[in-house]
Amino acid sequence: MTDRIIDRTAAELAADIREGRLTSVAVTTAFLDRIAAVDGTVKAFLHVDREGALAVAAEVDAAVAAGEDLGPLAGVPIAVKDVVVTKGLPTTAASKILEGWIPPYDATITERIKAARMPILGKTNMDEFAMGSSTEYSAYFPTRNPWDTGRIPGGSGGGSAAAVAAKMAPLAIGTDTGGSIRQPGAVTGTFGAKPTYGGNSRYGLIAFSSSLDTPGPVSRNALDGALLHEVISGYDPRDSTSIDAPVPPVVEAARLGATGDLTGVRLGVVKEFKEGADAAEPGVIAAYEAGVEQLVKLGAEIVEVSCPSFAYALPTYYLIAPSEASSNLARYDGVRYGLRAGDDGKHSLEEVMSLTREAGFGPEVKRRIILGTYALSAGYVDAFYGKAQKVRTLIKQDFEKAFASVDAIVSPTTPFVAFEFGARTGDPYQMYLADLYTIPTNMYGGPAVSVPVGLSEGMPVGLQVMGPVLGDDVTYRVAAALESTQDVLLADTAPEIEGN
Amino acid sequence: MTKLNTFEQAVETYEPVLGLETHIELDTRTKMFCGCATAFGAEPNTQVCPVCLALPGALPVANRAAVEATIKIGLALNCRIAEWTRFARKNYFYPDMPKNFQTSQYEEPLCEEGFVEVVVEGETYRVEIERVHLEEDTGKTLHVGGATGRIHGATESLVDYNRAGIPLVEIVTKPVPGTGALAPEVARAYTAELRDIVRSLGVSDVRMEQGSLRCDVNLSLNRPGEEWGTRTETKNVNSLRSVERAVRYEVRRQSALLDSGERIFQETRHFHEATGETSPGRSKEEATDYRYFPEPDLAVMEPSREWVEELRASLPELPRKRRERLQAAWALGDKEMQSVVNADAVDLIEATIAAGAGAAGAVKWWLGELSRHANETGDELAALAVTPAQVAELQGMVDDGRLNDKLARQVIDGVLAGEGSPAEVAAARGLEVVSDTGALETAVDEAIAANPAVADKIRGGTHAAAGVLIGAVMKATKGQADAATVRQIILDKLS
Repeated sequence: MTDRIIDRTAAELAADIREGRLTSVAVTTAFLDRIAAVDGTVKAFLHVDREGALAVAAEVDAAVAAGEDLGPLAGVPIAVKDVVVTKGLPTTAASKILEGWIPPYDATITERIKAARMPILGKTNMDEFAMGSSTEYSAYFPTRNPWDTGRIPGGSGGGSAAAVAAKMAPLAIGTDTGGSIRQPGAVTGTFGAKPTYGGNSRYGLIAFSSSLDTPGPVSRNALDGALLHEVISGYDPRDSTSIDAPVPPVVEAARLGATGDLTGVRLGVVKEFKEGADAAEPGVIAAYEAGVEQLVKLGAEIVEVSCPSFAYALPTYYLIAPSEASSNLARYDGVRYGLRAGDDGKHSLEEVMSLTREAGFGPEVKRRIILGTYALSAGYVDAFYGKAQKVRTLIKQDFEKAFASVDAIVSPTTPFVAFEFGARTGDPYQMYLADLYTIPTNMYGGPAVSVPVGLSEGMPVGLQVMGPVLGDDVTYRVAAALESTQDVLLADTAPEIEGN
Repeated sequence: MTKLNTFEQAVETYEPVLGLETHIELDTRTKMFCGCATAFGAEPNTQVCPVCLALPGALPVANRAAVEATIKIGLALNCRIAEWTRFARKNYFYPDMPKNFQTSQYEEPLCEEGFVEVVVEGETYRVEIERVHLEEDTGKTLHVGGATGRIHGATESLVDYNRAGIPLVEIVTKPVPGTGALAPEVARAYTAELRDIVRSLGVSDVRMEQGSLRCDVNLSLNRPGEEWGTRTETKNVNSLRSVERAVRYEVRRQSALLDSGERIFQETRHFHEATGETSPGRSKEEATDYRYFPEPDLAVMEPSREWVEELRASLPELPRKRRERLQAAWALGDKEMQSVVNADAVDLIEATIAAGAGAAGAVKWWLGELSRHANETGDELAALAVTPAQVAELQGMVDDGRLNDKLARQVIDGVLAGEGSPAEVAAARGLEVVSDTGALETAVDEAIAANPAVADKIRGGTHAAAGVLIGAVMKATKGQADAATVRQIILDKLS
């Protein structure tokens, strides 16, 4: 099995390419062939760019042959969530309203991926405009969980997580507004990191909630994630919320964690999460607690921290994120790009805008636009949006207080394992609960990763490690340490997918 | 519709309360939130990029030069400059607004609490400034196929996004009560003063005709001693004269409604240049809820006190100071200088003097003949088809004795009619003073012969009687003689 190119980690593939044991074309072809073989079942990709990916791969091979000094992930292919703008490649955010739109520019992250000479395999499926926790709200089709194709792969970044879990890509880009990298990571047995807000440029990331959206890496282990993290991160003058500070040394931290020593590391567990543990499935709690025991064995010290405002994180999120979304999504009006409906000479401009949005947006997007419009409207803005901002400050303060006494905080990533299709679409609140443990970090702006910790009912469970702002390195260290206790990467134990 | 009152009737019964919101496009090299150029008049949609077209994923970055210009305006208007300020989103759908929200400022403007003083008919009015904030302009929409050029009834709409994202400063006054019958003049004087201040700062060319300065005029009426009335907001009033007319019209219209017991609706109104009237736009009571909230894509701004003080120290001579200096240099009395200011002639006179004319001559032309002409045609002085250089040239011809006053006025008519420069008009129309003394002496001799009694009076020492003979000579020369020369010849011959 380890003879297959697709089983190797990104770090191994990069070394193979750099040192001439494999060509990037061979590597890229292997993943493209894998996509051809299994994506008919998994449906992780909205668009595959075989030609473009192979062209970049060939360039890398020529550069290697010419003895050029290449970057740490040169030649290693990557899948990109369809919410990230890619010049010349369709970008839809899985929405009908952007069907057929070909961006004339690259996101900063895309530019950095290209500068790192990583072939882009294609664009991955997601919940429309990153609103959802199951990828069932993609306007095109749901993505299946490679562990059990009757179940969801998480969301919104289900496509990126499933692509990595099914070994259709060694690496992928995700975006995380309330858990959209971490929760799919947890339920597909992959690694996912939401970096510090502002650590990665949002320029060219199709906005859902501007103050929360954070792009980050999806991979099979912490080291691969860290390598990609360093490729895409760092200050960008085109994003005013980008932080002008050195990128935390996450690769070094992942290597340090892999030594299996956590002596002196103080890990917080949130008292209020513990008290509310009945919100989570017992199997998830059991796997998580076993993981914490492993961390203690590696030398970590467990400290209980109190974060009373976390209880309000979910409702706070569902005021702030939809409010910002209602404004961010106003630009999709059929005037300049994307879908235009009702332009038959009989409808007024206003009607065309209305019909376009009616036809182009799916039910969850509409729900959130309506929620956000309401929360910002005159007479309600103070009680809803304004109050939510205050609670957000309290959540930040809870984190800051906790990080005065601990290096990182651990929790389950999500309360339940991958559920079956349709299980939660009937009740939005049941769907929103998937992000119970991930949302506080977005409110705070700090980094957090999800690392596979075990199984429950045969499905993967993730452990979340949350760090202080710009303390991304500690989250990678703890995640890599946990991986060091596993004989084989959980990501490598997924059942083989039946072909198309 | 109720018959309008006369303005005089209206202000006998009611007291107007003014309010002015002025938008000024800044002259920055690049747009407010992206690097696109801002040149006026470029081909449609050539100065655009992902940011100002609001392509998915694009993000704004604030233009420091625009922030600096706004702070300068705030300082020149005696405002307090915020220590902590941020942008906000004003949400509403309109096709020329790419994001369907305008990035503006809401509760935390860059500058607050200033004032401007203007003098009208010898009285100083202090106009309090509520706020000065920074925002972005919209694109321009051309609605085709409708009767009105407005969106309703149009068959198609064309949008040019070149203007979208150009930095726009909004200056809002507090309500201005107590101007009475002078409300129109105060509104005009404030707008002119604001324009001059901004122009002196060099941050905008403030061309009203290009829309780089646009006014919204708020007006309400109340009976003396009663609470202020409901205001209307007349949008996009785009010349000084229109500001004055819009106030005048609203005073007349509102007073007539109030007289007949009707109420004023809070609404926006459109101003019509052709008729000087206003008509209803959308009603505020059914207006959009803008759902303002802080712009999450832009960082909070905290202008350092050092920076603000640096900018304060760098402010140029402001119009008031400049006017004091010019008044002294031109040796004008207060009243005369006020007339110059009210006629919006300061720049024109200064330029005329710079082109070589004496101060007295320059003032005389612009306040006299040219103002009269402007009043007749309803134009601003600056819009007349004559340049300061041409006025200086004309005055030079008078000073040289080549033209007398009467001829000079005919020459200026020709210049205004587009017949060319003063020299060209004088040549083409044959308007030169007759300086051939031989010809003049013949004409004088003829006049003396035709008026022997008058000639005797002059011989007897009554020099004032020379006027009759001068008149006869002027008539004979079709006005092309220099009266002083003629007089001298007459006196020489008869004494």
